[in-house]
Formats: sequence, structure tokens, C-alpha cells
Amino acid sequence: MKNPQLNKHGELQHLLTTEGLPVKIVRDILDRAATFLDAADGREISKVPLLHGKSVFNVFFENSTRTRTTFEIAAKRLSADVVNLNIGSSSTSKGETLLDTVDNLCAMHADMFVVRHAQSGAPHFIARHVAPEVHVINAGDGRHAHPTQALLDMFTIRHYKKEFHNLRVAIVGDILHSRVARSQIHALTTLGVPEVRVIAPKTLLPAMVENLGVRVYHDMAQGLKDVDVVLMLRLQNERMQGAALPSAQEYFKYYGLTEEKLAHAQPDAIVMHPGPMNRGIEIDSSVADGPRSVIMSQVTFGIAVRMAVMSMLAGVKV
Amino acid sequence: MNIHIKNGRLIDPKNNLDAQQDLFITAGKVLAVGTAPAGFVADSVIDATGLVVAPGLVDLAARLREPGYEYKATLESEIEAAVAGGVTSLAYPPDTDPPLDEPGLVEMLKHRARNLHQTHVYPIGALTAALHGQELTEMAELADAGCVAFSQADAPLTDTRVLLRAMQYAATFGFSVWLRPQDSFLARNGVAHDGEVATRCGLPAIPVSAETIALATMLTLAHDTGVKLHICRISSAAGVEMIRVAKQQGLAVTCDVSMNHVHLSEMDIGFFDSNCHLAPPLRSLRDRAALRAGLQDGTIDAICSNHAPVDDDVKQLPFAEAEAGATGLELLLPLVLKWGQQEHLALGDALAKATSQPAQILGLDAGHLSVGAAADVCVFDPEAYWKVEPAALKSQGKNTPFTGLEMQGRVRYTLVDGKVVYQSGPAA
Repeated sequence: MKNPQLNKHGELQHLLTTEGLPVKIVRDILDRAATFLDAADGREISKVPLLHGKSVFNVFFENSTRTRTTFEIAAKRLSADVVNLNIGSSSTSKGETLLDTVDNLCAMHADMFVVRHAQSGAPHFIARHVAPEVHVINAGDGRHAHPTQALLDMFTIRHYKKEFHNLRVAIVGDILHSRVARSQIHALTTLGVPEVRVIAPKTLLPAMVENLGVRVYHDMAQGLKDVDVVLMLRLQNERMQGAALPSAQEYFKYYGLTEEKLAHAQPDAIVMHPGPMNRGIEIDSSVADGPRSVIMSQVTFGIAVRMAVMSMLAGVKV
Repeated sequence: MNIHIKNGRLIDPKNNLDAQQDLFITAGKVLAVGTAPAGFVADSVIDATGLVVAPGLVDLAARLREPGYEYKATLESEIEAAVAGGVTSLAYPPDTDPPLDEPGLVEMLKHRARNLHQTHVYPIGALTAALHGQELTEMAELADAGCVAFSQADAPLTDTRVLLRAMQYAATFGFSVWLRPQDSFLARNGVAHDGEVATRCGLPAIPVSAETIALATMLTLAHDTGVKLHICRISSAAGVEMIRVAKQQGLAVTCDVSMNHVHLSEMDIGFFDSNCHLAPPLRSLRDRAALRAGLQDGTIDAICSNHAPVDDDVKQLPFAEAEAGATGLELLLPLVLKWGQQEHLALGDALAKATSQPAQILGLDAGHLSVGAAADVCVFDPEAYWKVEPAALKSQGKNTPFTGLEMQGRVRYTLVDGKVVYQSGPAA
């Protein structure tokens, strides 16, 4: 089957998922992101004209202020024109089909679509229907994928740990409903992390998750033992309905990341979270704000990684 | 009208016949097989040299979408598809709008179909009023109007007491009850098999237990009521095994599988191909292997097209939002042949799953070419290759997971009641 995110030269045409992404492209994205950060102190440079004259449309069928803002900042620092569309509150509620919406946006001469949608596979669907010169970036689709989040996580891990081949990484929380977890797993295995673990109660794990190349744990002490990186996931409040979990309190007691549980990890383990955090549900404030938390770095790096993806898709050489 | 079909390879599974023999038809019936009866003068001769002459196919599930869903397909368009696919009898599930729960609707459907003088249409009546799963329909009246069995189609019947009563009532009159096993709680919001692909793609899933739990309920109540139970669209290895055991224990149960599930698995979803959004969901390769084994050992009695034409607008959507279903009538023959070829079966054994066996489930004297039987005949070229091209399909539904694939086996003539209702030349 043709990989829908590569063009016939094997270059990145769309960024839809980290699954099946060649390791060279992943490394190129991370390397390119590093060039956008000032070598001395890790801060971003202010503005580069790489995407001057290009227009980036943030097309969000599902609301997200944070992700949309980081894409907007990234595009603006590349000097692109940015248009934000919150489709969630306009066209589809008037009965317009997704395809009609996309056709309309194409007619507005977008060069790049940054798409978030509640349905898994929607960005694949859009990518199949846009003109060949238009690029699609998946900014999160259903439970399927959130590739830029995973890539910024990889950037953060590399920043602190330098290498991937000697790491133990644990992903903790609602794996079943998480697009972030799926993209992290594929990115980690692609980069050669020898041991990826998932830790969750059975109600929050999808079927045959071990086939993605992970080890499954249901106990935090065992799952966190000797890990170098802890990737926390956000727990959606609606999981308390539908019999996935009995209560936030019980979840925090058994799966919330506290200093005590983190003590099972390596002394220099880092803690990450894609945000927004539910303090006191999946993570204790003392950990979130503690010395091993690199959560704020993730946010900063996220802009550089998104700049790297956008400029690479636009075919800009650096 | 006397028709002489000559020089063909006559295959009639029910009569265990596979030989170079001529077929003689008069007054809509099979008059003779082999040599012409004395005084037979053909009005028309069909030269079937190099072709197979078989009973017309009997399809256990073809939704032609009338009444109510004429924007998806019409009786005219889909019956044209049926005869182009060599299907001369089809069972018509009750999930129309309104559902087939009143004799008047059934009579109208029968009347409309009859006036087309083509494929025989056998309505399956709704088991419960409006398919709501609460009140029984007037089954005896519906049977008088032409219903050959009773079903919930894909609508849930969660109240087991209603199911028990429905089976008891159907058993009173000797009617068959056709059910697709799916627990609606476990299947809620699900769009794909609860396995590797749904996990990878992040698609809401339907576990195998949704099938087996419902199946256990149905088999238990069928045992208690003595009703003739037909299980529709079995999809899992565990489900096949339950049917196998039930049959071994002597339960009056039959079972069919959709041709899609014989050939495809969850892997075919690939990058969210909404053509593979089907009900029941495509399951694992292991399940597919068990379905094929079940067909071979007779646990599964028949292969159906599960023809469910949908219009393009509802398929051109992200996977989970797309409507389940695929067109199928024109692909049934080549896909049955393909299965038979892959499993190294005799042609007649493969064809039995789409002719004599489904006819038996329907309780019809059809699906065979015995002397005196209705001359419903499918004459096909077993060596003809053709590519599935949506625009070339007669069905108004153009969506199928097999789009672009090459098929082997093409219908040349379809006869219903001794009348040629479809004819196609060899590819140029």
C-alpha cells in the first residue's frame, strides 16, 4: 500500500501520523527544529522568512486553543500568512460536508492545512482530496494520531537524554482514547527505543496494544521501575462516565504520578505531559512543577518542531 | 418459448451434475437435460460453448432500498444489477423505510418486483413492529402477503423476553427467524473489529464477544422454542465454532456469511478505506480463515452478497462517519468462484453455496435445474477476466472494497422463468 504521506521521491508530502515515517525524516525534522533554537540558550530565534508568501490555514473541526496557537506562532515565525478557521462552530453545523469545506478552502489557495478533527482518519481523507501542491498536517484526529506532539516529545527526549537506543520509556494513562500515545509509541519505536511501556488499567488499553511494540503494565511501581522517561497522558473527564473508571480519586491514587511513584524511576528520569494537565488527577503538582518536569520545555520546543515540519513540507531547504 | 442451451458445461450442485450437457427449456421450466425430447423445436438456441450453465444464484441478503431509500438505489437499478450478476432469486431484508412490517408494504414490493419480470424477490418480514424490538408483527398476515421469513435486519433486539416471544410465535406457524448476532451494548459506537487495526487507527471497536454473546442468546432460545433459526453474516472464528457445536447437538440452525468476509479482513481497512466500513466489521485474518473452514465443513451453509448500496455522499466521509455497506450483487458470482478456486473446490461445490444451499434455507424450490424446475439459469464464462469499475456497475451503489480489482468469471446470460433477462457479449 502506498504511504499516503510521502511523495514519489520519498519526501514528506503530508504529516499525518508518525507510523511508517522513515527514521531519516524523523531525524531530519528534529535536526531542523534544532536550527530554529538559539544554540547558546535554547531559545527560539525570532522570525525567518522561509514561508514568506505562503498561506497556512488552521482548520480546526474540534476546538483547541493551545495547539492552534502553537501552530499559529510557528507559521508566523516562518513569515507565513495564517488564517484560523474554527469549523467546529460554523460550516458543519450548517450541514456542509467535510469534502465541501475542503473544496472551499482549496479555492482560497491555501498552501498548507493544519487539521484537527474528532474523527480518526479525517486528515488522511482530506489529504486524499486536496490538490497535489497542498500539504496537510494532522494536528490531532480522534484517537488516531497527533504526530507533531509526538515529534516535539522526541525532540525533548533527545534534548535531555541525547540518545534513544539506551532508554526505557513509560507512557502512563488513557492509552485507549489517546492519539498522543499512539503517535508517541510509533515515534519511539522508529527511533530505536528498546523498551516502551504502557501503564494503565485494563479499561484504558486498546485490544492487542502489545502488537504496537510495547510492554503492558497495570501497576505503576512495576511499570515505572528504572525508566528514563515518563510520558503522562491527559485523562478526559468523560472517562468517569461510561464505566471506564470509578472516580478521579481512585484513579489518582493508583495511576496519578506522585513523587512517591516517581521514585521507582531512574534518579535522572524526566517527566513529560502534552497538556493541558489535570493536576491531582493524573499528575501531582509537586511532580508537575518539580525538578524532573520538562513540561515547559516541551511547549517551547513544540514551536520549533512545528516550524521544522512546516518548512520541510513547503520544500524549503536549510 | 422453447430455448435450447447447447454445448455448455452444465453444473447443477443439487443433482450432483457436472457434465457437458444441453439444457432444454419450455414454458418457463426445465424440460429436459442431455438429449432433446422428441418433437422439441427450439425458438432460440444459446450456444454455450466454453461457458458454464448453472442454476441462477440465490442471494440471502440484497437490500434494494425500496421503499424509503430511493436516493440510494431503486428496485429497477438493483434488479438490473441482480440479473447482471446472475442472481435470479433474492431475499429482501426488512430494514426499509418504513420497514416491512405491514402486509400492504410487502404486497406492494412483491407487485413492483413482479412487474419487472426479472429476479424473484422474496421479502423477509420485520420480526417486530418498526423493527423497534418491542411488539411482534402480524407474522401470519405477512407470510400470506409473501414474506418467507422474519428478521430484525441490523436493528437491535435487546429485550430477550421479546425475542423469546417472537421465536415462540414464529415457531407456532413454522416460520424461520433470521437474526444477525450483535450485542448492541458491546457494539455501541463501534465501527471496526476490536483488534490490531482498530487499535492502530484509533477506531472505536466492536469485540468478538458482541457476536458470541448475542449468538449464545439466540441459540439458547432457538433450542427452547424449537424455532427454525438462521444466523445472518457470521463474522468470527468463535461464532463459527458455536454454530458448529449447535449443529452437532442437532439444533435446527443454518448460517450464512457475506462474500466480503470470505475475502477480506481488518487489514483491508488500510489507511481508513471507508469502502471497508461494513456491518458486521471485517475481522482478523484468523477469523477469516475460520469462516472459510466453516464454509468447507458445512457449518456455514451459504455465501451472500450482503448487497447494501449506499450513495457516494455518505461514503465520502471519515471512516467512522461513513455509512456501513457495499454494493455486491454483481460481484457475488466471481467472489464465490474465487473462493472455490483458492480452496481447490469443485466448481459445483463452490456454486452450491450460492444456489442450492441458500434456496434450501429460503424453503424455495429453486437453485437447481431438475426437470420441471423453474428455468432460472446463469450462463457464465469462467475464464473471462474483468476489472471492477464503479461506473460500469449497474447498481446505483458504486462503493465496494473490490474497486479496481480483477475478477474472474462473468455472466453471459441470465434466464428467469425461461426468459433471457440479461445478456452480455465477451469483452472486446
